[in-house]
Amino acid sequence: MASNGHQRDDESIDEDETPTKQPRSDREMPGCFRYEPDNEAAAPAGRATSHRQTSNSTARLRSDSVKKTRPPFPWFGMDIGGTLVKLVYFEPKDITAEEEQEEVENLKSIRRYLTSNIAYGKTGIRDVHLELQDLTLCGRKGNLHFIRFPTHDLPAFLQMGRNKHFSSLHTTLCATGGGAYKFEADFHTMADLQLHKLDELECLIRGVLYIDSVVSSGPSECYYFENPTDPERCIQKPYTLENPYPLLLVNIGSGVSILAVYSESNYKRVTGTSLGGGTFLGLCCLLTGCSSFEEALEMASEGESTKVDKLVRDIYGGDYERFGLPGWAVASSFGNMMSKEKRESVSKEDLARATLVTITNNIGSITRMCALNENIERVVFVGTS
Amino acid sequence: MAEFVRVASSTSSHTMDKSITLPPDEIFRNLENAKRFAIDIGGSLTKLAYYSTVQHKVAKVRSFDHTSKEATNENLYEISVQEEVTARLHFIKFENAYIETCLDFIKDHLVNTETKVIKATGGGAHKFKELIERKLGLKVDKEDEMTCLIKGCNFVLRNIPHEAFVFAKHTESEYRFQTTQPDIFPYLLVNIGSGVSIVKVESEDKFERIGGSSIGGGTFWGLGALLTKTKRFDELLQLASKGQHTSVDMLVKDIYGGSYGSLGLTGDLIASSFGKSATADKEFSKEDMAKSLLHMISNDIGQLACLYAKMHNLSRVYFGGFFIRGHPVTMHTITYSINFFTKGEVQALFLRHEGYLGAIGAFLKGAEEDNPNQYSWGENYAGSSGLMSVSPDMNPMQRARSGTFDMLEMDRLERKLVNLPLLQDASSYIPDTVDLIEDAPAREYWLFCFEEALDGVVKRAVASQPEMPEAAERAEKFRQKYRHKLQTLRHQPFAYGSLTVRSLLDTREHCLNEFNFPDPYCKIKQRENDTALKYYQKAVKSLDGLSWEQRQFALVRGVLAGNVFDWGAKAVSDVLESDPEFGFEQAKRQLEERPWLIDSYDQWYERLKGPPHKCALFFVDNSGVDIILGVMPFIRELLSRGTEVVLASNSGPALNDVTNGELQILTESIAAMDPVIQSGLKEDRLICVQSGSSSPCLDLSRLDKALAMVVRERNIDLVIIEGMGRAIHTNYYAMLSCESLKMAVIKNSWLADRLGGKLFSVVFKYEVPITDDHEAALAP
Repeated sequence: MASNGHQRDDESIDEDETPTKQPRSDREMPGCFRYEPDNEAAAPAGRATSHRQTSNSTARLRSDSVKKTRPPFPWFGMDIGGTLVKLVYFEPKDITAEEEQEEVENLKSIRRYLTSNIAYGKTGIRDVHLELQDLTLCGRKGNLHFIRFPTHDLPAFLQMGRNKHFSSLHTTLCATGGGAYKFEADFHTMADLQLHKLDELECLIRGVLYIDSVVSSGPSECYYFENPTDPERCIQKPYTLENPYPLLLVNIGSGVSILAVYSESNYKRVTGTSLGGGTFLGLCCLLTGCSSFEEALEMASEGESTKVDKLVRDIYGGDYERFGLPGWAVASSFGNMMSKEKRESVSKEDLARATLVTITNNIGSITRMCALNENIERVVFVGTS
Repeated sequence: MAEFVRVASSTSSHTMDKSITLPPDEIFRNLENAKRFAIDIGGSLTKLAYYSTVQHKVAKVRSFDHTSKEATNENLYEISVQEEVTARLHFIKFENAYIETCLDFIKDHLVNTETKVIKATGGGAHKFKELIERKLGLKVDKEDEMTCLIKGCNFVLRNIPHEAFVFAKHTESEYRFQTTQPDIFPYLLVNIGSGVSIVKVESEDKFERIGGSSIGGGTFWGLGALLTKTKRFDELLQLASKGQHTSVDMLVKDIYGGSYGSLGLTGDLIASSFGKSATADKEFSKEDMAKSLLHMISNDIGQLACLYAKMHNLSRVYFGGFFIRGHPVTMHTITYSINFFTKGEVQALFLRHEGYLGAIGAFLKGAEEDNPNQYSWGENYAGSSGLMSVSPDMNPMQRARSGTFDMLEMDRLERKLVNLPLLQDASSYIPDTVDLIEDAPAREYWLFCFEEALDGVVKRAVASQPEMPEAAERAEKFRQKYRHKLQTLRHQPFAYGSLTVRSLLDTREHCLNEFNFPDPYCKIKQRENDTALKYYQKAVKSLDGLSWEQRQFALVRGVLAGNVFDWGAKAVSDVLESDPEFGFEQAKRQLEERPWLIDSYDQWYERLKGPPHKCALFFVDNSGVDIILGVMPFIRELLSRGTEVVLASNSGPALNDVTNGELQILTESIAAMDPVIQSGLKEDRLICVQSGSSSPCLDLSRLDKALAMVVRERNIDLVIIEGMGRAIHTNYYAMLSCESLKMAVIKNSWLADRLGGKLFSVVFKYEVPITDDHEAALAP
């Protein structure tokens, strides 16, 4: 995630924007989501500790020079994945009358279009429940909107951009994800837009840290489940990423990437798996005829995977004591589907459920091994799947 | 997870297969002496194991009593054929559909009434428990599946050379067999049944299931059946081998338009399995979906296996289970996955007898009181089917295998076999010089060569048993069997592990034994020994007349000339057949003049000027002129120098190679003529030991334990290996930790050509091990 950025040409911005200079190069900060440190807690390695600032604390940093170097609106960030395009849009709420007057019509129309709708075209959706309000970003106050649509509808999006004369705004669109590379030419030819491409993993890490730092009210951005194996007592608990390192970051998109993160700029991709969200949806589409992720999840929530999977007790009649395997453990995902009678007796919901369980168990299993191999205790799962 | 798959069709098909008749000579052999049964019933295949004794003929030699005056017999020793009983393990694999027929057959042929119990393992064991108990009247005693699997795995790894292999598709030789490691532990066994079990094995009895996955063969089969409406596992694999996964999977390039350079992810990598089936409404072909599924599951298993291998720091990872079971498709995808995830650091290993592990383990559990692990066992090439090809190209419908019975037979070896302690690096030692799987022209030649020599071997076999009228009939059966083996190997060179000249020779010996031709060359050896003995004293006398320098060369030339007398080489046997008077002097004239093809005689000569060796170990070759006029004078010189000598000869017969039994008698009779040999024997400075082998070749990693002990006790500092079979076909590149001398005459023009020489070229290879403080000149 990154907002539409400005190509820095003004080196003075650091001094203007951050009174306490941080040992971070400009190149690491291509977007304008910056974490201004608390003045009183500017430990060199403590960048992560100083993220928890409220919008009030940054208000005072607004100055003429910030205004001057601040990128022009609109502020966008795009992540073009294999399955979904994720778009964030910052809607400024502190527009002065003067600005309002200066604002060109095209910009207004885009703002209005995005903020007044919750669905765009046939497939675009704005996740209203995710919206972050009263956020201060680069000295501006506003709301952050989260919009998504399938990657295969990107041409329609570009068409819309063209119709709304997006290119007339002279903005550079910050984009990440594989699609930033794959579709760069399309952006240029179809919508006359320049992409500022950013590394996916770097954006991911910064996005995780940022979102954790700005969400201070409502449900915590990062959470875990207590008593996960006991449905009665299982509860969601907030978790703060104040001291996040080392961190295993599992990004579940169409596929899965697993990163070991040691600091904001020091990370490595440990491994990945092709069994991800795309697999869940792809298999569900083939097995049940569903067509959307929501539909697939809905079906999965109603199904029973134990009819589809072969459990340890299906083989051993109970626990496999020699190896301490409980009878309820899945011995073979879809294992019961080897039998014709059982294939005929399962529902679509059961199949969707089994697919979900298969994929999630597998990700869990690989993650656990990575965490052990990398000797990291904290694991954060993210991603649009 | 355990291999357990219910095959819907198996119960219904019991009746239809009742009509098959089983040929008693070929399947379930030696049932009359069978005891200790074990059975492993999997999802589709049943594996039966039993222990039996085999009675077969062996040739023995016995010295005549020459003190009696009436020595009308000209022979030094007499040959007698005796009956010997040896132990053999039988393993038979067949489709579950035949189980009832097979049980009936066993019942009808089972004589031994002491058998009360049958050990059983595998998921199907409880399903067929009642049937087995009713049919056989034996009590079914269930054994833990994983324990059996591991026990079986340890057994084959320890006893079957070339059991493990790596699978390399798109190469000349897809099967690359691994040499047997002196220590098989620790290793990781990844058993891919319906689910996956990952087991770490640390020693014979210590193993632990460290992990597993529910995404296994059952997932491929179950999900595959749902997606493609194809019911059979084999058919799903067939579909997969024809499909294109790129239409179903989302690749890195589908997301990035190319590769993801900064992470080193190439464009062709799968980013999301089935990722494309999520975004399109279009139909996908069965083949493509099956392929995508196969990749998904193989990659996932490979990844987990790598993670576990890394965590436990293990580099040997074996894969088994019905998902693998010889299927080139799955072996390839698993291999690919392991390669990818470990960046080539770990190789996926597969086992030739993987399907038998459970049955072998269950059997071993039942035979614990016999302590089978105290013996060495060897695969009997004559009785074993070998690895079948299941590649789609060669065997379009795998179901064609229905009704075939796969067999493995293992002989209990008389002696426990161990490594020669003098190998420089036992773990990297490869006995064979040329791998005929990889070397296609060599394979062509040798298969042709052995086929061409078959008539002569048959003739010799019949001639060795003039008093037995049915010998001709048996010899004909031998011919058919061996010819069939050669044909099999022509199509499936990987059937018995690495294909080598040694394995071709050994297979022939096994087939000869199978039809009770224990020693076809016994008469020839006897005649030649008798003749050569008459010339011994004369030969020694003429050597003694030479100067020291001349004598050293004459001794070497003697060994080489003696080595010409080899019935295993067609070029020589033709001469010997047509000219029985062909003599030692003629042989010397045939020899190549110096410089020889490989010639480090000068280094050897220089060495001889130095201090004598402490003790020499001499692996001898042929009977007759070779041993008596070539080797004996040579070792006589060594004894005179003060070097002790250990003569190592074959335990059992092979071609005209001198056996330990024969050599004992020969040495005694030479001692009677020669005080040097006499005192050597008396003072224990000359001993004869058996090598543990019955092959014309020599595997230094499988030698008699007693020999290894002698090697240690006597501080052997010189190893001499003589003959084409032992020093060229095998051990040509063997590195020893002491001085070594390899001497042979090349009696095959093709091989001579290969090595850049000609017929009767000489290999004289003297080597000194390179050590840090002793930079000795190495022989060329």
